[in-house]
Amino acid sequence: MEEKDITSLPDEQQEYFINMGPQHPSTHGVLRLLVSLKGEMVKNIEPHVGYIHSGIEKMCESITYPQIIHLTDRMDYISAHINNEAVCLNVEKALEVEIPDRIKVIRTIMSELTRIQSHQLWWACFGMDLGGLTCFFYGLRDREKILDIFEETCGGRMIVSYNCPGGLMYDIHPNFQKRVKDFIKYFRKILPEYDQLLTGNVIFHERSKGIGRLTKEDAISFGVTGPTGRASGFSCDVRKHEPYSAYDRVQFKEILLTEGDTFSRYVARIEEMWESMNIIEQLIDNIPEGPFAVKMKPIIKLPEGEYYQRVETARGELGVFVISDGNKNPYRVKFRSPNFSNLSVLNHIAKGFKIADLVAIGGSLDLIIPDIDR
Amino acid sequence: MLPDTATITSSPSLSVPWWKVVYDFSALTEWIDKSLHNAMSPFWTTITELLIIGVLILLFYALVGLFLVYAERKVCAFMQNRLGPNRVGPFGIFQTIADLFKLLFKELIPIKNADGFLFNLAPFIVIIASFMAIAAIPFARGLHAIDLNIGVLYVIAVSAMGVIGVLLAGWSSNNKYSLIGAMRSGAQIVSYELSVGLALITIVVLAGSMQLSVIVEAQRDGWFIFKGHIPAFIAFIIFLVSSTAETNRGPFDLAEAESELTAGYHTEYSGIKFAFFFLAEYINMFIVASIAATVFLGGWMPFHVGHWEGFNHIMDFIPPFIWYIGKTFFVIFIMMWFKWTFPRLRIDQLLTLEWKYLLPINLVNVLIMAFIVLMGWHF
Repeated sequence: MEEKDITSLPDEQQEYFINMGPQHPSTHGVLRLLVSLKGEMVKNIEPHVGYIHSGIEKMCESITYPQIIHLTDRMDYISAHINNEAVCLNVEKALEVEIPDRIKVIRTIMSELTRIQSHQLWWACFGMDLGGLTCFFYGLRDREKILDIFEETCGGRMIVSYNCPGGLMYDIHPNFQKRVKDFIKYFRKILPEYDQLLTGNVIFHERSKGIGRLTKEDAISFGVTGPTGRASGFSCDVRKHEPYSAYDRVQFKEILLTEGDTFSRYVARIEEMWESMNIIEQLIDNIPEGPFAVKMKPIIKLPEGEYYQRVETARGELGVFVISDGNKNPYRVKFRSPNFSNLSVLNHIAKGFKIADLVAIGGSLDLIIPDIDR
Repeated sequence: MLPDTATITSSPSLSVPWWKVVYDFSALTEWIDKSLHNAMSPFWTTITELLIIGVLILLFYALVGLFLVYAERKVCAFMQNRLGPNRVGPFGIFQTIADLFKLLFKELIPIKNADGFLFNLAPFIVIIASFMAIAAIPFARGLHAIDLNIGVLYVIAVSAMGVIGVLLAGWSSNNKYSLIGAMRSGAQIVSYELSVGLALITIVVLAGSMQLSVIVEAQRDGWFIFKGHIPAFIAFIIFLVSSTAETNRGPFDLAEAESELTAGYHTEYSGIKFAFFFLAEYINMFIVASIAATVFLGGWMPFHVGHWEGFNHIMDFIPPFIWYIGKTFFVIFIMMWFKWTFPRLRIDQLLTLEWKYLLPINLVNVLIMAFIVLMGWHF
């Protein structure tokens, strides 16, 4: 067979494919990206999802509402607490239960702690994606401190299952306030260290500025939410627009940036950590007295109808849509997961960049694969 | 032909007291040479000496490799807030030996549709290239396997041969990740070879010789990094950067960027073949650190300041070998330091750095150095 000179072929025929994943260090899970390359240039990305599909939505149809909480933990396992909260708020809204302030405040503090630890882990992994392994250990070191707080109060470290319809599983630990305050004091000193290690680095700037630019229009049309969407200027913070729990009584600013590149997604998350600390500081000294849970019926049955609740997880807007036929099990549950929408934009923004940029862009989207597959 | 029994009258004795050998190994090597000459013909003497040197270098190679892997893990742990290896032996010093045995006993997985001959050849090319380079390095006064009159050129040439092994490994593995890694490595080493060469030429201009022993001797009254004013310092920085790139270490470890290419060119290797690549990386780091220490920091020459006779005399009490090891490990520590601090560059940025910044700076630097030497401004 005669050999062809492939450089004379048209562009489409010079391409070759590599499978990034399902086992690949930079996809953070079992995501498979079918990447079409020309040399080092990314021509097309086809995400293949479903490798960790666990049928959570289907399973929800055969279990009761308090049990659903424990499945939502496993979706976006890095912001487990916020996922739980979404289901609880939905159930409470359907039953029209009045939630005492104490529960609301504790839920808000827990949510913000979850957000901080999620961003810490993201920072750690993002640094690792770019080749700075030291970031990983710094991020995890500080995340441990939050996980310790969780462990003391909730019993779990990552999969906390602390919320339940009508309130919380248990009251906060007596040490909780002190430990959270200690952590905030500690982390305010440590966060500038993150900047010293990565943000100010010239190599990091080169690698992230102008890479994977996402415009505001695209962010809206792809439904990209969370820090990723806000870095493009899409004001999508559910905490601001539709305040739930105690977000209506705290002062915080929605981080809005305009660049929409990898660097601004990075900055957005770093800034969110500062804002989360502000929110916690406003609430931690003012936890009202009261019960930690409202007395609910032993078997929770939602009235017939459709219910939707959205919350802001660390990665974007999580929507829980429940159709009830009046039974103790939901008729149908649908989760609008932020990661699925965020993944959909990957091909759009990473096309035309290099493999190394694809890794950086993928890292900046902060994808959690079980949340995509559910 | 066996020598006459008459010539073996008495074995020559060491010309200096035994403890002074650490200051000047030439007495010891001359004594060994003479004794061998007395015992056998010149041909067999040469063969025996080559064998001795080969075995010694091989031993040294293995020891340095093992130590560097341990050192890297400890330094990395120190940077990252961890403890590092601490279970096998006191402070985990036997960890690398345990790892070595693990790698020795591991299965060598055959790869389907791989080019078997080249696949097996590649690790040997990589390791032989680094092995050859180590021969030309002066370790201490009189401890120098071959003192070539083009020592600098030889080291550059030989250490660059390793890229052939990397390219072969990537090409023959029948793996796209490996191929991308190998191609990156090829582009990278070919580019950065220029900067390494030019940075060394800056010092060759100052020293007036390419012979490593002459370069070391010329630093008797002050190391070149101090003698050469700013150009020598710039050359040192450029050498550090480009030699890190040449040894494929972070932040220039694009050939094996694990977050992008899993393990790059050695993805498909297992067991001892992988260990060869692994070891060669550390020995290459040792070689470039040695060259940096020899050419810029005086090699085994103690820290001397011009005419301060008393001070120089005190410094002479520290054996040259200690000076050499100390300087080499100082440079290695710097290289580890920035490996564990910086994120990785992208391939086009890497080449931009070389061709748009380092190369022009280097050329101007050589010119300035030549001007300084011409005007006799160095001291």
